[in-house]
Amino acid sequence: MISSIKYQGGFIVSSGIAAISLSPVLFILASGMNADPDIWSHLKQYVLPGLLKNTAILVAGVVSVTAALGISLAWLTSFYEFWGRRLFEKWLIFPLAIPTYVMAFIYTGLLDYSGPVQTAVREYAPELAGLFPEIRSGGGAIMVISLAIFPYVFLMASSGFRSMGRSMVEASQSLGGGRMFTLFRVTLPMARPWIFGGLILVFMETLADFGAVSVFNYDTFTTGIYKAWYGLFSVNAAAQLASILVVMVLVIVAAESWLRRKQKFFNRGGHQPVSRKRLNGTGHFLASAFCSTVLLVSFVIPAVQLLIWTAKAFAVEFGAHYIHLVANTFFLGLMGTAVTLAVAVSLSYSGRRRADLKTGIAAKLSLSGYALPGTVLAVGIIHVVAWLDSRVTGTMDMLGIQLQGALLQGSLILLPLCYMIRFLTVGYNPVSSHMTRLTPSIDEAARLMKVTGPALLSKIHLPLIRKGMVTGGILVLVEIFKEMPVTLMLRPFGWDTLAVKIFELTSEGEWERAALPAVTLVLAGMIPVGFLTFIGRSKKQHVPEG
Amino acid sequence: MTKIVTALLFLFIFFSGQAVAAPDELVVYSARKEHLVKDLFEKYEKEQGIKITYITGKAPVMLQRILSEKENTAADILLTVDAGNLWHAAQKEILVPVTSPVLDRNIPDHYKDPDNRWFGLSVRARTIVYNTDRVKKEDLSTYEALAGEDWKGRLLLRTSKKVYNQSLVAMLIATLGEDRTRSIVSGWVSNLAAPPYSSDTKVLEAIAAGQGDAAIVNTYYYGRLMKQNPDLPLGIFWADQSDNGVHVNVSGAGIVKYSKKIDQAVRFLEWLSEKDAQKIFADANMEYPVNQTVLPHADVRKWGAFKPSTANLARAGELQARAVKLMDIEGYK
Repeated sequence: MISSIKYQGGFIVSSGIAAISLSPVLFILASGMNADPDIWSHLKQYVLPGLLKNTAILVAGVVSVTAALGISLAWLTSFYEFWGRRLFEKWLIFPLAIPTYVMAFIYTGLLDYSGPVQTAVREYAPELAGLFPEIRSGGGAIMVISLAIFPYVFLMASSGFRSMGRSMVEASQSLGGGRMFTLFRVTLPMARPWIFGGLILVFMETLADFGAVSVFNYDTFTTGIYKAWYGLFSVNAAAQLASILVVMVLVIVAAESWLRRKQKFFNRGGHQPVSRKRLNGTGHFLASAFCSTVLLVSFVIPAVQLLIWTAKAFAVEFGAHYIHLVANTFFLGLMGTAVTLAVAVSLSYSGRRRADLKTGIAAKLSLSGYALPGTVLAVGIIHVVAWLDSRVTGTMDMLGIQLQGALLQGSLILLPLCYMIRFLTVGYNPVSSHMTRLTPSIDEAARLMKVTGPALLSKIHLPLIRKGMVTGGILVLVEIFKEMPVTLMLRPFGWDTLAVKIFELTSEGEWERAALPAVTLVLAGMIPVGFLTFIGRSKKQHVPEG
Repeated sequence: MTKIVTALLFLFIFFSGQAVAAPDELVVYSARKEHLVKDLFEKYEKEQGIKITYITGKAPVMLQRILSEKENTAADILLTVDAGNLWHAAQKEILVPVTSPVLDRNIPDHYKDPDNRWFGLSVRARTIVYNTDRVKKEDLSTYEALAGEDWKGRLLLRTSKKVYNQSLVAMLIATLGEDRTRSIVSGWVSNLAAPPYSSDTKVLEAIAAGQGDAAIVNTYYYGRLMKQNPDLPLGIFWADQSDNGVHVNVSGAGIVKYSKKIDQAVRFLEWLSEKDAQKIFADANMEYPVNQTVLPHADVRKWGAFKPSTANLARAGELQARAVKLMDIEGYK
């Protein structure tokens, strides 16, 4: 009896979280039901086919490019020794600090017809001028978005490779498995949950991206959603398009769960790091050159370009309000991260005790917020909140209490909740992959020592997943720093952030002036990312010796 | 780690109080950017002692926000760019009709809602800009002429997703009819020298670099760019002077019907339509004052006088969805 209540607990927690996360999504699905048939038939005939094709190309492209970049870089830096390895290991995560929309305006600025690169070519090598591909195309969008988010795959794949430890790799090689055999038959399959985790993030982020694709003027579902809403004045048609997105995400997430059904990845203490093989000759040079090139285009060049623009516009743009913008960015980021982490831990913990189907489904549903364009999600939230507010004020009226305006709207409680709904999956993935360390035997051992209930959680479980919490927390924090549409829509008066400032300036075409808030934002994002690479990794894991 | 998270959670709950507007302040939902309105709002507070609290964002999003907040909304005034957005807000019945002799005197009829629910506050012209090294003024005439055969591969445009182009095409439908507009848009698309750009500034830079010879942009973008870089080979051409006139649009405001301070809000709009404020409002963005007794900025006057279209801008809103569909069908991205 007792045990059945305990096991129900997991389901109750995860379905509670799912209810909060899904309320705005359900609202969107509901309003997508009653779309204007006239507008819908127009969209179906003239718009939808193109959107489907473009979105498929973009997502497939970004997933492939980030997989290729992330896995190869992680493989090189985890298993081999070459010049600069330590530096690359740390610095290849930093592109995460650059928002995709900032990466997009930097690279279009550099590589457009009127940009410095093509202008120089026309000047000095006119015969080559016609060879430039159009940067504002599907290919350009794929490259630039990939450069901004491949570190997710790199980070997760590195964790996967490291957690394997020496034993597996050496076992394979001692049995005569060659290097490639080991990579494809042992290493990659073993690291699959991590790599998939990274790729799912990439997939969702790309689906939800609006900022970058609109700089490229590359039409995807997101741009279609906004065009239906802003141009055709049809919120319902926008919701209908968004519903298609939601369904796509759920299908993919379900497929990924199904692929991983019955697989258990328990980490049985592979804490001896793999001994790295020293590369020599051509291999050594190629490895260093490859890593340097990726680092250069994904971080160094954009950072330098931003600094050049900042220097030009600093006098015009800088003012005392920047202190506020930075403080607001940090404050909202920390609040949102705390809420998201708390929820991520509860959710993955509830799923661990009893991984039955309904708990799993509820948990997966809670993670779909990441794939929705921010503004659409925010509209859903606003409607849910307005509905709640009218209930509250109505009840208060009946009790004879007069409230001044709304209770929730415009209050600071909304933004962190909304960030949680949007970024739960980002925090959840690292936390839940560390949960796999908590083998059932740990609980049995603890029970023998009479450690149960809350003490089991605080003394044994949380310390073991601390690293996952740090990684998840940092990724969420950086995401919130970069987040623009939700912040723009739900922030209370006076709560402008750096991302809001960037939006204000770029939407007026003021690229150079936008560089200052962009640089500040990148620096802000580098603090947590730096913590992850320089401090988080060097800490010795305290693993309780059995 | 756990302690930090717990501490933050407490802090979060502590800070989750709500902000209610003070009795002597007005709340503006502004789709006009902060750096274009801030000084003016502060001036009003200094002069009249009424604080203007504002939040900036995208017009359709703000409208949606007011629609869901209803009586609970904090907004007294919706300030936005483009008549299409203003018309849509009026259409959704969130703006209250205002009778004000001051506004009637200061703002010409075609720059406001026929039912007085919204009022233009500054005028922007969307016209032709050309590369002075490659195009002679004599070769330019109307928006329609840019769809002709001799402009093949020479035209650059901003994306059809921007409301400025949606309003332009809507007004073409209003003045020239749907069929003629359809062939204009299809001609534009086949004359493009490069895929549509995401901003007017990018379009201007590309014209200056010689990727295309002419484009259709809002004049203040031209003004800003020339201020930064006076040597660019760019010139302004006033389109359609012998017929309908240059396509103009407004940024403007309306009073939210749920506001508890409608009288104060009206007084603020009146103040915005008077000489002093008009000067600041227009000059902040190199636009034209809507009040005809106020001269535009000296730099703006240099571009010469022009004949604006006098078709009522409410049409831009009424026909916007049709314009968007037409552009979709003709493949204008």
